[in-house]
This record gives sequence, C-alpha cells and structure tokens, in this order.
Amino acid sequence: MTQSAGSSGQTLLEVRGLSASVGGLEILKGVDLTVKTGEVHAIMGPNGSGKSTFANVLAGKPDYEITGGQALFQGHDLLGMEPEIRSRLGVFLAFQYPLELPGVRAWQFLKAAVDSQRMQAGEEELSARAFDRMLKEKVEMVEIDPELVKRAVNEGFSGGEKKRNEILQMAVLQPKLAILDETDSGLDIDALRIVSDGVNKLRSESNAVVLVTHYQRILNYIAPDQVHVLMDGRIVRSGGPELAHELEGRGYDWIKESVDAAV
Amino acid sequence: MTQAPTKLGTYQTGFEALRQEAEATDPQWLRDLRQVAWSRFNKLGFPTARRGNEKWKYTNVRPLAAANFENPPAAGVPENITVGDLRHTAPWNDSWTNLVFLDGHFARHLSSDTNTASQIGITSLADAIASENPVLQSQLAKHATVDDDGFTALNTAFLQDGALIDVPAGHIASDPVHLIFVTTGQQAHAASYPRTLLIAGANSRVNVLESYVSLAESSYFTNAVTEFVLEDGSQLEHYRLLLENADAFHVGTVRVQQGKDSSMSSASFAKGAAMARQDFQVTLGAPGASCSLNGLYMTAAEQHIDNLINIDHAQPHTKSRLFYKGILDDKSKAVFGGTVLVRKDAQKTDAQQTDKNLLLSREAEVDSKPSLLIYADDVQCSHGATAGHIDKETLFYMQSRGLDRETASRILIHAFASQIIDTVELEPLRNYLDDLFLTSMPTASLEFGDRE
Repeated sequence: MTQSAGSSGQTLLEVRGLSASVGGLEILKGVDLTVKTGEVHAIMGPNGSGKSTFANVLAGKPDYEITGGQALFQGHDLLGMEPEIRSRLGVFLAFQYPLELPGVRAWQFLKAAVDSQRMQAGEEELSARAFDRMLKEKVEMVEIDPELVKRAVNEGFSGGEKKRNEILQMAVLQPKLAILDETDSGLDIDALRIVSDGVNKLRSESNAVVLVTHYQRILNYIAPDQVHVLMDGRIVRSGGPELAHELEGRGYDWIKESVDAAV
Repeated sequence: MTQAPTKLGTYQTGFEALRQEAEATDPQWLRDLRQVAWSRFNKLGFPTARRGNEKWKYTNVRPLAAANFENPPAAGVPENITVGDLRHTAPWNDSWTNLVFLDGHFARHLSSDTNTASQIGITSLADAIASENPVLQSQLAKHATVDDDGFTALNTAFLQDGALIDVPAGHIASDPVHLIFVTTGQQAHAASYPRTLLIAGANSRVNVLESYVSLAESSYFTNAVTEFVLEDGSQLEHYRLLLENADAFHVGTVRVQQGKDSSMSSASFAKGAAMARQDFQVTLGAPGASCSLNGLYMTAAEQHIDNLINIDHAQPHTKSRLFYKGILDDKSKAVFGGTVLVRKDAQKTDAQQTDKNLLLSREAEVDSKPSLLIYADDVQCSHGATAGHIDKETLFYMQSRGLDRETASRILIHAFASQIIDTVELEPLRNYLDDLFLTSMPTASLEFGDRE
C-alpha cells in the first residue's frame, strides 16, 4: 500500500487541540490529528500515554470530560453527539476489552445495530432473510465460527474470539471510520493474521482506519500510511511506516529523549 | 392469648355467616376442620408484629390487616364474564383442561367439561365435598396445616371451593390442567380463598398451571393455599402465575410432599401487586426425590413482593435447584428468603440456590437472604445472590453499535428475564410470558450502575 502523501482523499476526521480528563485527571493535553479517506493511521505510545482514552473519547464513552479542543467527523461536531449517533453515522470502535452480553443473541443484536443505522439514514429495516444472507457472507469473510453467532454476544468467548467478533461487527456495520483499540493485545500469530485479514478486506478508498497499538507487530499485517506517537497526552512525533520500525528498534525512551531535548 | 374480636371484624362476621350457611350442607369433618382453623386464626391473627417475626421480617402486613376485607357469602357465580374476557387476562388455551373460578367459586359454564375432567380425577372442591370424595377428606389440610401460619388457617376456615386433582397411578395426563382464579371485582373490597389439592399417583405425570388474575379495578385480597402430594416416581410440571392488579394483596402458600424418585419442576411468574407473598415449602421426603424451582418477578411503583422458599432435604440422594430472578423499578421492593435444609441423614444431597436481581432505579430495593442449613457431611450445596443495576459499560458497548439507551436497556432487561422464561417447556405459556414481560417494560427513567 503506497503512502498517499498529499492524498486526494476527503477529510474524514479532524481533531484539533483535543484535551480530556477522567476523574479530574487530565489525560489528553491537546491532540491534533487529521485522517482522510483511504488512509490507515497508527497511534502508538507507551502505557498511560492516553491511547485508549483517545479512542474512547472519539467513540463517546461516558465519564470522560472534554476540557478543550474539538473533533469534527465529516465536518460535524463529533463530541456533541450521543454514542449511538456517532455509530450510526459511521464511527466504529473495536473495543480493547469487548463486553459479554449474556442472554442477548448475536443475530438479534447485530440486526438491531444494522436497522438503527438504516433508520438513521431514512431507510427501512432489513428483512430477516436479507439480513441473514448478509450476515452469513460476513461471517465467512471474517473467518469466524458460524456457531458463535448463534450464541449470546461474546458469552464464553476466548479473548481471541472476542476480538474476531469485533471485526465481524465492523464488517456488518461497514463504518467510515474504524478505530481499533489495541486489537492486537492478547492475540497469537494466527488470530492476528485472521483479524488483520478481516480489517484489510474491509479497507477502501472511502473509509479509514485509526489503529491504536503499543506494539509494532500488527503493523506488519495492516500497513499504515502514517504513524503517530502519543506521549503524555500529546502527539509528539508523526512519520511514515518506518517510524514504527525505529520505535521497535529503539523503544519509546528514544522518542522521549528527543522530545525532551527539543523543548 | 387471643386477639380482640373487633380487630378481626369483617372476618368474624364473615365466618359466622359462612358457618351458619354451611351448617346444613357441609359434612361434619369439614365443619370441624373449619372450626379448628378459625380458632387457630383467632389465636395467631395476622402476622403484624415486627419483633420475633422472622418469616415476616421484611414484609409489613399491617396495611392488609387494616384493610378489613369483606367476606361476603357466596352470592352466586357472576354470569356476565365470558371466555373472551379471560383470554386477555390469562394464558388461555382451548385444548387445555380449564377450571375457572370467579371470586373463589367454580364457574362451570366457563370451564372444560367436568365429566371428561373427572375421568382423570379433576373436580372442583365443591363437587368433591358434595360427592363425599374420600381422597379429599383424607388429604385436605394434612400438608398445609392450620398450625402452619395464620394465612393457611384463615384460608382453611373460609374454604368452600377450589380444585381437586387426583391423578390415577401410572396415568400420563396429556393436556395441561389450568386453574384460573379470577377476581371479578363485582363484590367490592373482598377476600377470596382459592384452595388446590393435587395427588399425583405413583409414576403418573401431570402438568398444572395456577393463574391468579383480576378483572377488578380496586383493591382485594387473594389468600390461596395449594397442597401437592407426589407419590413414588410421579412427575409434576407446575406453573404459578401471579397477575393480580397493582392494588391487590396476595398471599399464596404452597406445600409439597415428594415421594421416592418423584420430581417436580415449578416456575413462578409474578407481576407486582401492592403486597404479594409466595410461601413455598417442598419436602423431599424420600430418596431420589428432586425439585427445580424457577421464578421471575417484576415490580414497579411501590409494589412489594416476598418470596419465601423452603426446601427440606429430609432423605439421602435428593436434589434441588432454586433459581429466582427479579426486576425492580421505581420504589418497589423484593424480599427473597430461601432456605435449604439438609438433614443429618440426607447424604449425597445436591442443592443449588441462586437469586439474581436487576434494579432499574436508585430507590428499588431487594432484601435477599439465601441460606443453607447443612447437617449432613457428604453433600454438594451452593448458594448465591446478586443485585445490580444495568451496567454502564455494557450500555456504552451497545450504544457504540447504534442502539440508543432505551432500546439497549430493553434488550438487556428482556435478556435477563429470558433466562427464566426460556425454561418454560409449555410453548403457548412461554410465548404468553414473553409478550407479557416485553409489554411490561418499565417506563420510569432508568438508572445505571458501575461494573463491580
């Protein structure tokens, strides 16, 4: 995948000076990021840098307080929207720790999700049969065990199965902006390959991916156009894919030192 | 020590009237039984005392006692109620054997053919009394005794009608028996005393539903007593539906005696009344007996429900499963008192007990006290109770997939209830309950909690 420098894609997400705190503690201290359609951005950083906070704030998780800045999704104020509206308009968060929904059948849940999206767009709900057909296709595409879809959402799933299920949901909802929050954590090589294949199959010129990760490994499977390093609540360095390799070789301390030196 | 007569005013006058009326028609044994029951009730009264009142610790009976419900003599069965009325209020099914009771009295014209029913041992209590049914005399009030508590004594004093189900040994009943106890509201502010006695003969199988429903618009009092005797190898599938109106008082007492290798599966579904109490006691009185009791209750406004369940593992190799779930909204309150007693000789007992509650508001309250009293040493027993709100993180997960909070909450509440509803094997009933709980979704503003 070639780097699309000065790409012709449309601006999908524009984050400017985003600050957020939780429980009175400031985590994000002015994040800037621009994501265009067709792009894959990797957000890397040491633990506690605010990577997951960033992902969750964009998705609308409660308990986070926005203390400054803005985030525009397709030109609209994202942070003022309820989480379900953000989802229906095309923002998808693949959770780092996906939740179990005991007693809630996956089929029902996914159909409700799809229907809510369609209703938001003024379309009619899908018929049960049409949805079933579509779901079967996606299950195959994402290489998830069809039996798992008959059960309650994530109930009794292993960590890897839960992560694969997030990608299935992504395939079903076809978001414009997919934010993957440490999707690689807890995955072995095979699971990593399957999850990455799924993400890559879903990529197109009209959508974008923001990949939040601590390790470089997943970037061997999902090639980024841009790599950003988040440190202490700010993006301190951005670059091409080679930045990820440098980090792998030198560690986050190297970045920290060069950032401190520049101050 | 007796209660002052004036405190039992309406009950006193009602009993006098009944006694006089029944003098001519009731057999001696029944008249004697009533008198003993009445004396007992006089002595015990309503359990309004708070001190030393363990069984009623969390439930206030004073409003019930103070309400002074009327006990009018049977004025004849109301004629203007139709099956159509019943279809809306209970899970009516034409292919079941239906016995309908209006204000405690058998309504022949609304019920299944009694001749056919009696061939498999199903009759109204009034018919059984009139025909001098020997089983009735030998078994009635032997399992739910008047010494038990005041409500059982009161019911026994006033009993006039109900159902007798005497299943012959070896008989596999093909259709469920549905006992529908309807309060019509045509006699204002009244009490009724439904009474059920079931004997399942050795190796027989029977399926019984008890529905307590209402067409009344104001308050009333249902005091129901049910006795089940399961002989060796018999199987009972039992459902109890408590669907009284929001102002009603309901006390339901169920006493079960189980014989060798007998099994009972029972599911109770209750939608809150002003005060509802279900007092269930199962005695696993012979080796191999097993019971499975599931329950789902849903309360709103200021309703109160109290489930008291006692399982007595009196013999070895007995098994019990107790699984109750509650959904509480507004300022409503639920009490759960489950006691599993494992006697000294009841080795190889296998008992599990769980009570889970979903609170939908900050003020809803549950007092859950599951307890195990274990006197044998080779047993497997466990118990647990939980109470929590809809988890905020779970809600966010669902919102992040496009569902608004209300839709997501309804799905979670339904999923919570489904665990019990899905255990109902009788399909028409399962569908009825699914609809009932779906349409009864709370409308109060929901409150959410943090994952523990």
